[in-house]
Amino acid sequence: MLAAIKNFWLLLKKHQFLFEELVKRDFKKKYKRTILGMLWSLLSPMFQLLIMSIVFTQFFGRDKPHYTIYLFAGNLTYSFFRDSTYGGMNSLMSNAGIITKINLPKYMFLLSKNVASLINFGLTLIIFMIFMAVDGIAFSFRFLMLLYPILWLIVFNIGAGFILSALFVLFKDIQYLYDIFTLMLMYLSAIFYYVDAYPEYAQRLFYLNPLYVYITYIRHIVIDGYIPGWGTHLLCAVYGIGTLTIGALIYKKNNYKFLYYM
Amino acid sequence: MLTIELQDVSVSYVVGDFSTVGLKDILIQRLKGTYKEKTFTAVKHVSFTLEKGELLGIVGANGAGKSTLLKVISGIMRPTEGSMTVKGSIASLLELGTGFDGDLTVRENTFLRGAMLGYTRDFMNRTYKDIIAFAELEEFEDRLFSHLSSGMRSRLAFSIACLVNPDILILDEVLSVGDGAFKKKSEEKMLEIIRGGATTLLVSHSLDQIRRLATKVLWLDRGEQIAFGETKEICDRYQAFLNQK
Repeated sequence: MLAAIKNFWLLLKKHQFLFEELVKRDFKKKYKRTILGMLWSLLSPMFQLLIMSIVFTQFFGRDKPHYTIYLFAGNLTYSFFRDSTYGGMNSLMSNAGIITKINLPKYMFLLSKNVASLINFGLTLIIFMIFMAVDGIAFSFRFLMLLYPILWLIVFNIGAGFILSALFVLFKDIQYLYDIFTLMLMYLSAIFYYVDAYPEYAQRLFYLNPLYVYITYIRHIVIDGYIPGWGTHLLCAVYGIGTLTIGALIYKKNNYKFLYYM
Repeated sequence: MLTIELQDVSVSYVVGDFSTVGLKDILIQRLKGTYKEKTFTAVKHVSFTLEKGELLGIVGANGAGKSTLLKVISGIMRPTEGSMTVKGSIASLLELGTGFDGDLTVRENTFLRGAMLGYTRDFMNRTYKDIIAFAELEEFEDRLFSHLSSGMRSRLAFSIACLVNPDILILDEVLSVGDGAFKKKSEEKMLEIIRGGATTLLVSHSLDQIRRLATKVLWLDRGEQIAFGETKEICDRYQAFLNQK
């Protein structure tokens, strides 16, 4: 395992220049020919939050503390996942012109897309922090633990991106299926409602959804003021590693087959 | 010294599976029991060896498997059967002008392509000016790539790929683009690399070019290797074959 990570690191080092150029490209392309450009990274989550809080506060947030932050934490995580995996899904096909002409490690394209999404996520996270301060949540060193679910979410996103991009090369229908899937996932992730209205066993079922686990972790830290138990930590890691392993195996197995479908 | 050795190399892939025919038809065929996995063999049992510094011309009609063979040698595809040894660094100019990004500027594209070809940032910083000068695109550095004419695109692609001295150079119809002056210049540059000791594989529909440049010729037809050998002999046979048609 350690040797594998070291090997991977050396590979990344070898392709560092390419990787940097790809990230630059993906980030530039994201806001190409828009007037506000990168500002959209900040504006779009704020508008989403505004709409959601106008619509949902009356229904769910009346007697709950920090409902806006609750919404924000959910939407932040979900948007990052969505952005990252949609980019990931397209990463092979949109680079087909290169992949079929130059012999390069294919995961580079997926990773660069993910880094571009991560930069975006980082900007949103800053806004999130500002909102927290405005909402009267005092800073605590506990917040450093936010890095834990974020780290595993990144791993999870990369894994899901591997799986989706491979599927997308093989059959294009996946883009429509994935639209439906993400919509379903949004409703199942308790972004704007509270799960305590459900019976105990149903609440536990929510933990089958990796996104819910990451969102809940963040909410516990920020709103409820405690670090979740070992079980949640384990779950975060298992979902991340599991998804990444499946994705990496699919890539390894089909590495030379993708070409025929492009 | 042997640089490239192919022994009995075949490349085949599955065609007519769900991604092209559609899931519905595959299911129907499966239910009827008429489904058969069809494979298409693009390259069949090709064998040849090249010494260092040789130039192999590859001739054949469209669909003969020339480009597939080049992709195998450049490592993009893997042979399904047979074995292959390729020694040294490869610069591959497959279908120039593709794989660039129209939304980026010429400068950004140049660095990106350089990175893809495995150059270092230092090297690109040092040679960027030369690349642009060679491609004669000084006035277009900050223009969007999509604003370039197709001739300019090929010139840029050629310039980026040819500034290194690779051990193996792979050219697919490279000189059939650009205007007269650039054609001459790029050919000179290519000859310079070849004279520098690079082993070269050249696909061309211009038999004159092959006669002038190649030391060996490989003739493919619908994936089969018809002949491999001395330039004059194979070119004469190929010419005769073309005249006959």
